Amino acid sequence: MTPLAKLLEAALFASARPIPTEELAALDPEASKAALAAALDELGEHYDVDGHGVELVELGGGWQILTRSEYTEAIERAQLAARPARLSAAALETLALIAYRQPLGRAEIEEIRGVSVGSVLKSLHERGLIDVVGRGEGMGRPLLYGTTPIFLEYFALRHLDELPRADELAVALRAEPRAI
Amino acid sequence: MTETAAYVDYATDAAPAAFVIELAEFSGPLDLLLTLIREEQVDIYDIPIARIAAQFVLRIRTLQLNEAADYLEMAARLLRIKAQMLLPRTDGEEAWDDPRAELVRRLLEYQQMREVVDVLERAGEDRRNRFARAYIPQAPAPPEAPLALSLSELLAAVDRILRIARDPAIHDVIPRAIDVPGAITIIRELLAIRARARWTDLVPYGAEPWQVLSTLLGLLEMAKLGECRVAQPRPFANVEIIRDAAGEAA
Repeated sequence: MTPLAKLLEAALFASARPIPTEELAALDPEASKAALAAALDELGEHYDVDGHGVELVELGGGWQILTRSEYTEAIERAQLAARPARLSAAALETLALIAYRQPLGRAEIEEIRGVSVGSVLKSLHERGLIDVVGRGEGMGRPLLYGTTPIFLEYFALRHLDELPRADELAVALRAEPRAI
Repeated sequence: MTETAAYVDYATDAAPAAFVIELAEFSGPLDLLLTLIREEQVDIYDIPIARIAAQFVLRIRTLQLNEAADYLEMAARLLRIKAQMLLPRTDGEEAWDDPRAELVRRLLEYQQMREVVDVLERAGEDRRNRFARAYIPQAPAPPEAPLALSLSELLAAVDRILRIARDPAIHDVIPRAIDVPGAITIIRELLAIRARARWTDLVPYGAEPWQVLSTLLGLLEMAKLGECRVAQPRPFANVEIIRDAAGEAA
């Protein structure tokens, strides 16, 4: 491996959170953007080609070394690490709406989901998956929510564009309902 | 939809407190409605409202959901649509607003969201199955029993020190060298005679501030060198100076 790839590996190993590309670049001010990208490629390939138990993953606007999923069971059985609790269906539905329509207020979410979402919003906010990003125009200037970098991390997304576009979904709201 | 049991929670924010009921099977009335439409294999654009409404009411009764306002509201909505459908309409009249149109729009919107949920669920599961480094920063050592002092106690202590010093007037500043070696000599002489001494033995009442400071610095220096130990049984008590073994050996 090149010295830069080794430096990146050490930094990624030392960090508990994904490291944004800019922070990786700051590790070696002399390295060009291209050199950094090449070193990241090299490190990822090193793990993939040589068959390591970990892999390099780009998520939440940064890079992180993660264990490969085939070892999850064994690691969890040995109680070395535990998977976080899954999000409830209510939480996922609320997140899905916010991810696609942010900034989005509570009333709109309730209108679409058909249930009240106060406590779901609260717990999503506490988990750092959403944040208040502004206030709406309407009555009482309602709080508007948006997703956070932790949201991207949680779903191992590089950015929001990685979600399918609304018109790519099978039940796209593209056309008016058929004549009824 | 992973919960095995329903849970009841009270919404705690500003909105009127409402029951939030989440079931293993359904995450809301629209979810239940969509499930029924799928089960009955009916066209979403031509929902047989009477049949679906009856199923809906039956289902919320068997699920004992009839206390959940959200489900009841949907049941009421269905019945209203059903009533509107029963109203006679003149044939040939072009603009007939299908009372179901709004419901269809909501169902489609909801279903679209469910697709996104599937995407998120898969992505979340994928990430859940991979561990990151679980670095836990070391907890800082708990501080030793802190001095629990109030401000007034602190001020009283300052006051005592200033009273020991004869002339606390600070407008008359004369630079005066602090004589640490001199103080050390005095302390050594005292400790040569006695194994234990007290602060008040070293600093006579009415000592000048420079004497107080010299003695203090000298004492600290000697403690550092191991010639004596300095102890205070409790806050603000008279400081005890104990001759140390190293000092005796010297």
